[in-house]
Amino acid sequence: MIPLYIAQFGIILAVFGLLLIAAAIMVYSERKVAALIQQRYGPYLVGPKGMLQPIADVIKLIFKETLCPKGADRILFMLAPLISATAAFTAFAVVPFGAETDLFGLIDHKISLQVADVNVAVLVLFAVTSVSIYGIVLAGWSSNSKYSLFGALRSASQMISYELSYGLSLASVLVVANSLSLTDVVNAQSGNWLGFIPRWFVFLQPVGFVIFMIAGVAETNRSPFDFPEAEQELVAGYHTEYSSTPFMMFFLAEYINMVTAAAVATDLFLGGWHGPWLPASLGWIWFVVKIGAILFFYIWMRWTLPRLRYDQLMTFGWKVLLPLAALNLIVTAAGVIYFGY
Amino acid sequence: MVRLEYYLILSAILFATGTVGVFLRRNVITMLLSIEVMLNAVNLTFIAFGRSIGSADGQVIMFFVVTVAAAEAAVGLALVIALFRHRETLNPDVFTSLKW
Amino acid sequence: MGTDLLLFSLFGGVAVAASLLVVLGRNPMHSVLLLIVSFAALAALYITLDSPFAAVIQIIIYAGAIMVLFLFVVMLLNAHKEDEDVPAGAPTMKKPLYMGAVLAVVLAAELVWALSVAGNEPDGMLTRGASPDSAALGSVRGLGQLLFTDYAFAFEVTSILIIVAMVGAVVLAKREL
Repeated sequence: MIPLYIAQFGIILAVFGLLLIAAAIMVYSERKVAALIQQRYGPYLVGPKGMLQPIADVIKLIFKETLCPKGADRILFMLAPLISATAAFTAFAVVPFGAETDLFGLIDHKISLQVADVNVAVLVLFAVTSVSIYGIVLAGWSSNSKYSLFGALRSASQMISYELSYGLSLASVLVVANSLSLTDVVNAQSGNWLGFIPRWFVFLQPVGFVIFMIAGVAETNRSPFDFPEAEQELVAGYHTEYSSTPFMMFFLAEYINMVTAAAVATDLFLGGWHGPWLPASLGWIWFVVKIGAILFFYIWMRWTLPRLRYDQLMTFGWKVLLPLAALNLIVTAAGVIYFGY
Repeated sequence: MVRLEYYLILSAILFATGTVGVFLRRNVITMLLSIEVMLNAVNLTFIAFGRSIGSADGQVIMFFVVTVAAAEAAVGLALVIALFRHRETLNPDVFTSLKW
Repeated sequence: MGTDLLLFSLFGGVAVAASLLVVLGRNPMHSVLLLIVSFAALAALYITLDSPFAAVIQIIIYAGAIMVLFLFVVMLLNAHKEDEDVPAGAPTMKKPLYMGAVLAVVLAAELVWALSVAGNEPDGMLTRGASPDSAALGSVRGLGQLLFTDYAFAFEVTSILIIVAMVGAVVLAKREL
């Protein structure tokens, strides 16, 4: 009934809306989980159990004054949060979050729940992650403030260093899955061994999963790698000079980057939308559950682990993680040739 | 109906733009950026020809050109940093000590 | 179709405009950012030429790594202010500038003429889906096979080149050896 292009447009709107809602949920859950870890209440005044707190935050931020420091490069100052936010949304465009479905017969063909089904999806993700560095660097540079510049340069070096391990651990999964398209990678993980162990790649690539998670935390600038926002040292890092709406965009970008990193980890290692007891067309429920687990782990890590020192961070990225990722790739390639997966 | 010549003409214009930049700008970083513009024009030519003869060789050669451009940009920028430390300027006309 | 020509003129126009602004711009920081815009337009052109892998490689390596390097150097050397005031002793360049502009136009015209008579065969069309194996053309698998069989020597030499460039860049930029 519904023609294909309207269905695809609907998916674009749905993904955009869901990402915004996910960011709002992340804001609330971060504060609530942090509070529970620290044995205090967290937000509880606004709405039942404080669930309307993100809405109150957004309203407050919108009504603040937008400042631009004197001596700052105005065009770049206003452009940087746009680049961050745009890259964050674009990265999710190639991530599939459900099986091919025709919504119980409403649509003409089967469509996959993905905004764009390109067959080099993994590389597109990598490319957009590379572009999101510019938002941070330009924010730091154009603010004309030393705290911003330090935060931005540290963050950019950290992101490009950990991108290598990110890419190599991703490549190990591609060697096993034999395709660059994320939908194919998820479909290669359907089924069970021995009847109850699902065929997820995390069981074939445990080291790769650990490396990918660590690199993901470093890529999204979360603790214990959150140099750009090191409150104790750098005031607020690269978004020191930002207020109201641009500030909100940076936070939006950060939470959506987290959601994307969790979604990619789920697709690559945890079987995407495959799970027991649900029909394939409702697989997105499993997807949401898995993403929720990974995001809870991110928040848990932030409020449990101390921040690394900068040279420790770079040493770890170059001297430990990168050789380990390269070794993982070699062993995986040898395993695929020998065992013929 | 986009003919092959359109892509080649576009690449020619980009190449000429890059050449103008290398010859006329007196700032080393802008000169290096113009060299990158020229390399991109060449990449476009390779891919266009590869597509028109239906082989993937164009993309393979473009891959090598991109790698060489990366290596050249790295070494070129290291040289720019070393030169800047010496004379505190980015104007290539200042470095005339070896002129006869 | 009309959409092909529209996409080509859109992205081609953006690429040419951005490259012109790169070359003529006063502020190196803005030049770097405009070059990134030009790279993005070229990546879109590669996609219209059925080469998605080339487009993504362009963004990852050129726009994502090389330009970040340029940005770091521009920030390190504080080159965002255009300091083209001629220091004492360097020659001024008025007449060579005009000659250079004229020669640039001549070069552009010559290149355009030379390349436009290159594709003289009657079926020089590059419309989408014209060739039956356009999907196979852009396939990464085929590219990998070519890379490791026909071009294997070039591949290995390129890896040595990258190592040499890495070592060279580190040595050249150190303060004291």
